Amino acid sequence: MRNPQLNRQGALNHLLTTEGLPPRILNRLLDLAQHYLLDSAESVNVDASLSGRRVFSLFFEKSLSTRPSFETAAKRLSADVVRVQIENAVLKTGDDLVEIIRNLQAAPGDLLVLRHPQSGAPYLVTQTLAPYLHVINAGDGTHAHPTQALANVYAIRHFKNDLSNLTVAIVADVMHSREARSTIHALTSLGVAEVRVIGPLSLMPKGLEQMGVRVFTQMCDGLRDADVVIALPLQNERLPVSLRLSAQDYAEREGIKMETLAYAKSDCLLLQAELAGQTLRVGTLNWAEVGIAVRAAALSMVAEAQP
Amino acid sequence: MNIHIAHGRVIDPANGLDACLDLYVSQGKVLALGQKPDGFRADRVIDATGKWVLPGLVDLCARLPAQAEQTHEALALEVRAALAGGLTTLVLTPNPEAGFDSPEKTLQMQQRLAGLTQARAYLLGAMTQGLQGDVVSKMGALAGAGCVAFSQGDQPLLDTRVLLQAMQYAKTFDYTLWLRAQDPWLSRNGVVASGAYGTRLGLTGVPVEAETIALQALFTLQRATGVSLHLCRLSSAEGLALMRAAKKEGMPVTCDVAASQVHLADVDIGYYDTHFRLDPPLRGQRDRDAIRQALVDGTVDAICSDHTLVDAQAKMRPFAQAQPGATGLELLLSLTLKWAQDARVPLPEALSRVTSQPGRLLAALSPAAAQAGELSLGSPADICIVDPEAYWFVEPSALVSQSKHTPFFGMELPGRVLITLVRGQIVWERPS
Repeated sequence: MRNPQLNRQGALNHLLTTEGLPPRILNRLLDLAQHYLLDSAESVNVDASLSGRRVFSLFFEKSLSTRPSFETAAKRLSADVVRVQIENAVLKTGDDLVEIIRNLQAAPGDLLVLRHPQSGAPYLVTQTLAPYLHVINAGDGTHAHPTQALANVYAIRHFKNDLSNLTVAIVADVMHSREARSTIHALTSLGVAEVRVIGPLSLMPKGLEQMGVRVFTQMCDGLRDADVVIALPLQNERLPVSLRLSAQDYAEREGIKMETLAYAKSDCLLLQAELAGQTLRVGTLNWAEVGIAVRAAALSMVAEAQP
Repeated sequence: MNIHIAHGRVIDPANGLDACLDLYVSQGKVLALGQKPDGFRADRVIDATGKWVLPGLVDLCARLPAQAEQTHEALALEVRAALAGGLTTLVLTPNPEAGFDSPEKTLQMQQRLAGLTQARAYLLGAMTQGLQGDVVSKMGALAGAGCVAFSQGDQPLLDTRVLLQAMQYAKTFDYTLWLRAQDPWLSRNGVVASGAYGTRLGLTGVPVEAETIALQALFTLQRATGVSLHLCRLSSAEGLALMRAAKKEGMPVTCDVAASQVHLADVDIGYYDTHFRLDPPLRGQRDRDAIRQALVDGTVDAICSDHTLVDAQAKMRPFAQAQPGATGLELLLSLTLKWAQDARVPLPEALSRVTSQPGRLLAALSPAAAQAGELSLGSPADICIVDPEAYWFVEPSALVSQSKHTPFFGMELPGRVLITLVRGQIVWERPS
């Protein structure tokens, strides 16, 4: 089965997930992001790579940071950003997606940034609805959130240079976190020596080990000698009610504290969950700018590919 | 009408017959095999050289459009699809639209099917009123109207007390219950099997325990009541192990699997291909192998088509929101033959899972179904004639059914039904 993200020449035609992306593409995305980040810092010349191209921004879920980040990135690349408004955020049947995409009357070469509450929704678009449209997944259900994963990996590469001898520990609700899954896939594809997941067993999906991660339930074990710690919220909006209290309990009992962090390496890099509306700085990195830069990289790279 | 089927390879698993013989049909029955009876004059001679002559297939799970008057043509089309697939006997599963929960509705459906005068259809009555799962239905009246057993169809049954009461009432009259084994809580919102592949896709899984817990509960209540059970579409290695143990214990229980489950596993879903959205969901390759093993060792009695009416719109949705199910009537024979080839199962044995075994199971429920799925002398002449050399591409234009979606789309499958007879009448002939 051909990777649906790549065209016949092996170029990145859509960005749907980090799973199965060859390292050459992941590295190219990160290199491009670095280029855009330097550009923004120096605020030099206007980039016209997407001049005359339309970027549809279609979000079926609320997004406080991802959507503005994508739209800023698209504008910096001189694209025409079309923000598609969804009247009713609660979508029951899935027919709305089909209807809305058809109504876009997208032309070949247009780009679509899609967030949808259903896992796999962007695949439906690429396979059936508008196969010539370049699709970038801005988060689908509990499946993938590739650009956020790229931002995480970007930060790791920025501070740690060589990924191949790192131990990265991810504290997350992997069951419901698309960011966690996409980050895991990106890290394992790039040859990170050890990827760990830390969380309660009730939030560990079945078969997780087959993603190439080690599963830990106790924070002190999972953080031991870690080079990087990525802490994602244990309580996201997709967590079912039945798990809310226990997830809160786990966060209170096992959450990252100074004493548990002491188990990690002394030069450990800590990436905390992105806080909405706040300008975070990770070391010398402006986190919001990193997000825009990886999204600009994704947009420009898929736009280059022949459908 | 007298029909002479000449030079075909007659395979009748019920009688252990596999030989090139002529078969003579008269007055709707199998009149003779081999020697031409004295004075027999054929109205039609079918040259079956190089072809197989099989009993008509018996399908234990078909869903037909049954709700309203305007679907009469749709119903007729699905019956034609069944005949095109060599299926001559169908068991119809109740659904919320056509609950078969009142004698009137049941009789109405019987009449409509009788009006079509073709495939034989047996109805499963609703075990609970409106399949709602809270009131045990009027099983006696439904049986009087022709229902052969009782079922919840695909609807969950939440209340274990109602299940116990239904079993007790069914046992009173020795009715059989046809049930799914799927815990409604563990399978809630689940669209794939729990496992590494479902996790990769970020889809909600149905854990294998949904099946094993349901089976344990059913067997426990069965021991308490003595009711006969038929369990529909088992899907897991662990579930089949429980089934095997129950049979060994001598419990009155039978079961079937869906034809698609004999061939496919969850990894075949690929990138969210909604053709593979099935219920129960496809499990791992280990489970598929266990299903094949259980078919061979007799744990599983029958393979069913699990035919579902799905349209393009219902499949053109994100995976979890797409309608589960696939067309199946016209694939049952080919998928059984493919299994026989792949797993090197002797042909008569493989065919018995879609003819004599489900036939016997049905005959035990209704005298009208006596000798279904066999070609004994004097048995009803429900026959299909198959070209074993014909490989066909599964594509919408190759299917009669209005339901065109199947995970086997684009595959080449063995065996094509050329002619189907029911009650000695030719009811289907493939256009050449």
